[in-house]
Amino acid sequence: MKRCLVVLMGLALLVGVGAPPAMASHEIVIGLLCDRTGATQVVGVNLCPGSHDYVKLLNSKGGVEGHKIKLLEVDHEYKVPPAVEAYERFKKEGAVTVVLYGTPIAYALTQKVTEDRIPGITPGFGRSDATDGTRFPYIFPLMATYWSQATAAVKFAGDQLKGLKGKKIAYLFFDNPAGREPIGVLEDLAAKEGFQLKTFAVPPPGVEMGAQVLDIAQRYRADFVIAHLFGRSPSVSIKELKRVGYPLRKVVSFVWGAAEADIEAAGGWAVAEGYNAIQFAGVGQDFPVIREIQEMYRKEGKAPPKEMASTVYYNRGIVWVALQIEAIRNALKAKPDGMITGADVKAGYEKVKGVTLGGLVPPVELTPNDHEGGGWVQVWQAKGGKFVKLTDWYKAYPEIVAKHIKAAGAKK
Amino acid sequence: MIHRECGVLKTTYEADMALYPLPIARWAVGGFAVLFFLVLPFSVHEYYLSIVNLVSISIVGALGLNILVGYTGQISIGHGAFMSVGAYTAANFAVRLGLPWPVNLLLGGLMAALVGAVVGVPSLRIKGLYLAIATLAGQLIIEWTINHVTFISGGVQASIQVPRPELFGVPIASQRQMYFLLLAFVVVALVGTMNLVRSRIGRAFIAIRDHDIAAEIIGINIFRYKLLAFAISSFYAGVTGVLYTYYLGIANYEQFQIVTSIDYLAMIIIGGLGSVLGSIFGAIFVTLLPILIRYAMEGFGGLVFSQGAVLNIIPNLRLILFGGLIIFFLVVEPEGLNRLWRNIRNYFRLWPFAY
Repeated sequence: MKRCLVVLMGLALLVGVGAPPAMASHEIVIGLLCDRTGATQVVGVNLCPGSHDYVKLLNSKGGVEGHKIKLLEVDHEYKVPPAVEAYERFKKEGAVTVVLYGTPIAYALTQKVTEDRIPGITPGFGRSDATDGTRFPYIFPLMATYWSQATAAVKFAGDQLKGLKGKKIAYLFFDNPAGREPIGVLEDLAAKEGFQLKTFAVPPPGVEMGAQVLDIAQRYRADFVIAHLFGRSPSVSIKELKRVGYPLRKVVSFVWGAAEADIEAAGGWAVAEGYNAIQFAGVGQDFPVIREIQEMYRKEGKAPPKEMASTVYYNRGIVWVALQIEAIRNALKAKPDGMITGADVKAGYEKVKGVTLGGLVPPVELTPNDHEGGGWVQVWQAKGGKFVKLTDWYKAYPEIVAKHIKAAGAKK
Repeated sequence: MIHRECGVLKTTYEADMALYPLPIARWAVGGFAVLFFLVLPFSVHEYYLSIVNLVSISIVGALGLNILVGYTGQISIGHGAFMSVGAYTAANFAVRLGLPWPVNLLLGGLMAALVGAVVGVPSLRIKGLYLAIATLAGQLIIEWTINHVTFISGGVQASIQVPRPELFGVPIASQRQMYFLLLAFVVVALVGTMNLVRSRIGRAFIAIRDHDIAAEIIGINIFRYKLLAFAISSFYAGVTGVLYTYYLGIANYEQFQIVTSIDYLAMIIIGGLGSVLGSIFGAIFVTLLPILIRYAMEGFGGLVFSQGAVLNIIPNLRLILFGGLIIFFLVVEPEGLNRLWRNIRNYFRLWPFAY
């Protein structure tokens, strides 16, 4: 025992000596958890550079209300213990808002951020009922939750099929809590709209779904497929559906199922032609802020980073940090001296409204009750070598989502 | 560490059975107790305590796994799942019945022990890699069950929030408060394990590990002791899961997946199988090394690479360095860090008159 203590002490000393001094400037710190390694690294490698580039652009233009932004990134490999350590580090460095990246991480840190009064954003992660700001005061999904995505997917299916009555919808999902979360909403919609719903679970790690896809295409003969998959599995689903001859234009994926990397992994744009996906950030490079970032790199005499080409996740990284910065801007307007705390930024989030960045950001409008901001999405389709926008920002069946949020709140 | 061991005369059975027979060792333990209970928690920032807390939780889990793998010689790739059993048992009792946390902790441990003993049944007929696969099945079955049975998981999101533990009416929430709670459990787990392995039960475990047929012939009930090893080890795992649950305030099975089982196996293999100290070394190594590598990279990476590249390189280089160091240490000393430490100690024991 004493020896262990020696080692612990030695390490504690080592860390203590090597620690950077506490922040003294008026830099505003944002904590970004990220996974450039680990199970879902296909997302992190492209998403996080987007956040950094946007912050860099903003700082080059003088920051927010005269204050520079410091974006601290720590990679957590999508594991909980490193994320806890990283969060404590953000806290020590004075972060006023943090990105809780990953569903298990969002769960693990929910109580902590609430106690510490540091708003944590969980776009596309965590629990859908966190929309309820009265129950989860310091958690901000910011973007369409899985429940909102489910309603949007059904609406899209209905529009494509010209009515849902008597139609057969297949829900192909990754068999984890995040994958199963929308089922309740889908069942309600099936009862309401009179379509038949059948669920097809893909067990982790989600790279084997030949049987499910064959079942969907040839036994169940689904009229439409809603897919909710993560990591490597979306590309597998595209490949398998194509193999059994199912028309991909009758497939719509949730937000983690369609990036350029998934299309490449599925065998290229020709294979994925027609594949639809819900997005909660604009796709492509046709946005003023993207051009500004390219311009910034050109001025430095460098080529724009290659991650930019992966627009789905890169743009998402911009949108997340842009909304955080808007919240910080609101907080700074209330306290121009820059000494803002997490609680100020929380109040700032609840006034976020009208951030568009030229159509890149959905028309999010946050209130103390609604931390999701409406649940806006777009549907984009793989067509002719790129993603083409099929719909503008829309939301569907908000009453169903509201009902589930209320039910979740009543259960506690 | 460096002290003379001659001239220690034991005149009573108590002295012979003491955990630390040498006076200098007892003083050292006392000194470290003062350091860890009084000096460290009040002299460093909470952030560093949060790291120590993660190490503390890992130590409890690694000790438990080492009892099974290191001392009894039965491999388990199911310890992540046993942790989740403890976590969900405690969370359910906490939320449904509102029981106080020490009771939940005990119940979580006992439930994990029960499940662990059941998963350990195949160990009576199979050994080694075959047993590893059987426990892997246990891991997957438990994961699946928690994932799908809403009675256990508390709903489709498979996570249950628990209230903060309270001690004499004071909620334990901050990292500093948690530090004391977890440290207490580390001490209990350490003393418990050190005493267990030199007891009749512990010696039976070691006999089974070294040669189970011989052990059976000298009268050790293999059936009983193998299951006991699984149960005790799973109890530790269950307690680890409960500690995690109360530390984070939520039980969530996604953090106890197969990767966790592998991580804990890595800890005890790096630290040293069949040694208490090795479990501690391993837990520290696996938890702390990635953090230290990251600090080193952040400090010096900018000298070599551009800032944008550093962000991309840090996590990947960390994995490479981490893997490389594991290989390095195992090549230098296949029996783990504990053996490395003993070699160093033995060298200095006779220093400067080494022969």
